[in-house]
Amino acid sequence: MAEKKKIAPNKNQMPAQDPVERAGNFNEVALGYSEGAAVAEANRCLQCKNEPCRQGCPVEIDIPAFIKLAARRDFKDAIAKLKEKNAMPGVCGRVCPQENQCEKYCTLGKKYEPVAIGRIERYCADWELANGALPQKTCSPNGKKVAIVGSGPAGLTCAADLAKQGYQVTIFEALHIPGGVLMYGIPEFRLPKAVVQAEVQNLKKLGVEIQVNAVVGKFATVDELMGEHGFDAIFIGTGAGLPHFMRIPGENACGVYSANEFLTRTNLMKAYLFPDYDTPLRIGRKVAVLGGGNVAMDAARTALRLGAEESWVVYRRSKNELPARHEEVEHAEEEGVRFKFLTSPTRILYNDDYWVTGMECLQYELGEPDESGRRRPVPIKGSEFTIDVDTVVVAIGQGPNPLVPRTTKGLACNRKGNITADLETGATSLPGIFAGGDVVTGAATVILAMGAGRTAARAIDAYLKGV
Amino acid sequence: MYKILKKEILAPSIKLLEIEAPLVARKALAGQFIILRVQDKGERIPLTIADFDREKGVITCVFQEVGKTTRELGTLDEGDCVRDFVGPLGNPTHIDNYDRVVCVGGGVGVAPVYPIARAMKEAGNEVIGIMGARTAELVFWEDKMRAACSELRVTTDDGSYIRQGFVTDVLREVIEEKGDIALCVAIGPPPMMRAVANLTRKYNLKTVVSLNSLMVDGTGMCGCCRVTVGGETKFTCVDGPEFDGHLVDFDEMARRAVIYKPQEQKALDIYTEKGAQKCQCGCGGE
Ligand SMILES: Cc1cc2nc3c(=O)[nH]c(=O)nc-3n(C[C@H](O)[C@H](O)[C@H](O)COP(=O)(O)OP(=O)(O)OC[C@H]3O[C@@H](n4cnc5c(N)ncnc54)[C@H](O)[C@@H]3O)c2cc1C
Ligand SMILES: Cc1cc2nc3c(=O)[nH]c(=O)nc-3n(C[C@H](O)[C@H](O)[C@H](O)COP(=O)(O)OP(=O)(O)OC[C@H]3O[C@@H](n4cnc5c(N)ncnc54)[C@H](O)[C@@H]3O)c2cc1C
Ligand code: SF4
Ligand code: SF4
Ligand code: FES
Repeated sequence: MAEKKKIAPNKNQMPAQDPVERAGNFNEVALGYSEGAAVAEANRCLQCKNEPCRQGCPVEIDIPAFIKLAARRDFKDAIAKLKEKNAMPGVCGRVCPQENQCEKYCTLGKKYEPVAIGRIERYCADWELANGALPQKTCSPNGKKVAIVGSGPAGLTCAADLAKQGYQVTIFEALHIPGGVLMYGIPEFRLPKAVVQAEVQNLKKLGVEIQVNAVVGKFATVDELMGEHGFDAIFIGTGAGLPHFMRIPGENACGVYSANEFLTRTNLMKAYLFPDYDTPLRIGRKVAVLGGGNVAMDAARTALRLGAEESWVVYRRSKNELPARHEEVEHAEEEGVRFKFLTSPTRILYNDDYWVTGMECLQYELGEPDESGRRRPVPIKGSEFTIDVDTVVVAIGQGPNPLVPRTTKGLACNRKGNITADLETGATSLPGIFAGGDVVTGAATVILAMGAGRTAARAIDAYLKGV
Repeated sequence: MYKILKKEILAPSIKLLEIEAPLVARKALAGQFIILRVQDKGERIPLTIADFDREKGVITCVFQEVGKTTRELGTLDEGDCVRDFVGPLGNPTHIDNYDRVVCVGGGVGVAPVYPIARAMKEAGNEVIGIMGARTAELVFWEDKMRAACSELRVTTDDGSYIRQGFVTDVLREVIEEKGDIALCVAIGPPPMMRAVANLTRKYNLKTVVSLNSLMVDGTGMCGCCRVTVGGETKFTCVDGPEFDGHLVDFDEMARRAVIYKPQEQKALDIYTEKGAQKCQCGCGGE
């Protein structure tokens, strides 16, 4: 076995639906590895002693160990290894920005393409889904009650960890289906909703109670949950669901959507199946999506699938600065999404019926770098021009929903309205109240939210044992 | 699942449901609303809380059948359930002792005005109620309104009951007659609320209206419900649903209300066609 193995320079390809075909449906784009490809990819791993890849994973999955198991086709143990650190590998394997995380630090990446860690992770998770979930370890009930506000990745992870330790956990979710952005934001073609609901089912098996249709701050405040409702601690994972608008004239015209509305109608309410499902969505011929992040890519790709003839991403910086994942930009381009860089709208034009007819824009150029280190976009005077569009989707970011902070006396927040919480513990300014995920950090990633949920679960356990 | 404990047909196409939702009932206040979904593939629709009983844990909704979802809701009977029911959403009406207030309900708007009138009277106000309907058979809750108000005036557009005239005609008379009125609360179809606001503006009478923009989540997450009030964009679901009627851009609201007209029509056509088939074959929709 001392023989040095020959490394293939490139990742094993993951099959994907044909771009032309997939731009017309909502089925998953990336089809996942076959067993053979997963094993071959796992065999590319060098099993580095110093495990550089692990430091790139926010939850420190034991990457070499799970890959070694996968290479031996021992997927049962591989998934168990993954789940020691990550409650939802099927989600992360699909949506983590791996190129900036685990795979960025992979030794192989110095010379060749890094090991496709995320794809192997996804294979293991899908294997579990196909072969039945592993039994989950639990403790006997300890009699303490914890409330989780919000059922996004942060809340789900926190709930799972606490339930396993014997806490009686209740999740309160405002919408009618649990999952947060995983259900209402990220489209089916990137993250099948069945994958998310399988994770939710696992959670129910752990004894977690999920109360949907429960808006905290409305049916009960955080204080009332601690008081009348008898909870001993609370985790707030309400995410960053408040849509930002451009604040330009014409933005309330018919045909202008926030990305949240556009994606919620499509994903949560399944408007793409109208009239089988009741919720409608009206899409024009030419769609402009404002912004350049993952949300913008998702909206632009969704627009094509809903039948738009042209779908434009309008971004005020250049291609190099696009904050979206490379893979998503590539997929978008393959499907026919087009880009207008260095462009920002100043006004939305509409007709007598108040429907969008176009957008007046300014051309930008890149100036000096700003605080973020990216070159600042500067408008070019007198460069106004109009583009002819009939639907506009605003995807320029989200803030935290103020409902919980506004109704919780003494809960410290920062200027942007994010809840102030200790990043090591999730502790807020109030005893027994913890917070994590997007509501603390601002819009970030699934894996960071999950990490925050896990951190808080640990701190809640310590807090309740200390009380 | 949320069980229907009581159903009443108040007028042709206007129905009342008492729905079991103890957590909502516990906190519900006049002026707030709920969002419900009839079935798994259904749309989320907002309805105002027309009454609540904290002890029994029930919420009363009164709705008019205008499209697919409200018609489907109307087919449910006592003992049936709605799939989802969330609330209480929105801000409650600001109840205070203003001395004298007018509460105007037009059409199905009588239902949401009722708990407000009652709360205003309980707070010590002299409450003058005005209710209007298109025609006699659409008048409902006259007795309840009479009990909730210090004085009630009823009108019908066609004069088929009590008197002929719009609620604005009655309101003008009340203002002229009484002089000092501190506040007007008006709920009904948007054109009626606009007409009330236009009238009271002339008298400088502060007017609160309850807006019914299209909604999805009802928690401030989507922006579907945005309206312009005093030149600023507001979200009806979290900033409202009540706003200063003199500042609302009713024009914009009316245009945004018909965004999905073609789809709504299509959904209704398919639904009624299915319903018709159901009748013909007698299979009960199987
Ligand atoms: C379109 C889109 C695409 C994305 N793509 C990616 C990607 O590819 N990779 C990646 O890593 N990240 C991606 N993200 C970001 C990622 O989804 C978020 O960072 C993550 O979901 C945050 O998790 P969370 O648990 O903090 O909150 P959320 O997922 O936002 O969940 C919060 C939940 O709390 C509920 N809630 C809010 N207020 C209340 C209340 N008062 N009472 C009860 N419940 C309440 C909400 O309804 C929601 O269900 C994307 C985000 C969007 C919008
Ligand atoms: C805060 C709030 C409180 C409401 N309270 C009540 C109530 O107590 N009783 C009641 O009968 N209705 C109420 N509505 C209106 C109710 O939500 C709509 O009638 C319902 O959504 C129509 O659904 P549909 O599928 O039956 O009809 P659709 O097919 O969706 O629409 C049919 C017709 O109704 C109009 N319409 C659709 N949605 C709305 C809406 N949200 N508001 C007004 N008109 C609409 C359409 O423009 C169309 O002309 C309220 C709306 C809001 C926002
Ligand atoms: S969770 Fe994300 S960052 Fe961690 S190993 Fe998996 S794909 Fe990489
Ligand atoms: S750095 Fe890359 S090659 Fe090394 S153990 Fe991690 S995944 Fe394997
Ligand atoms: S209904 Fe979505 S923000 Fe008001």
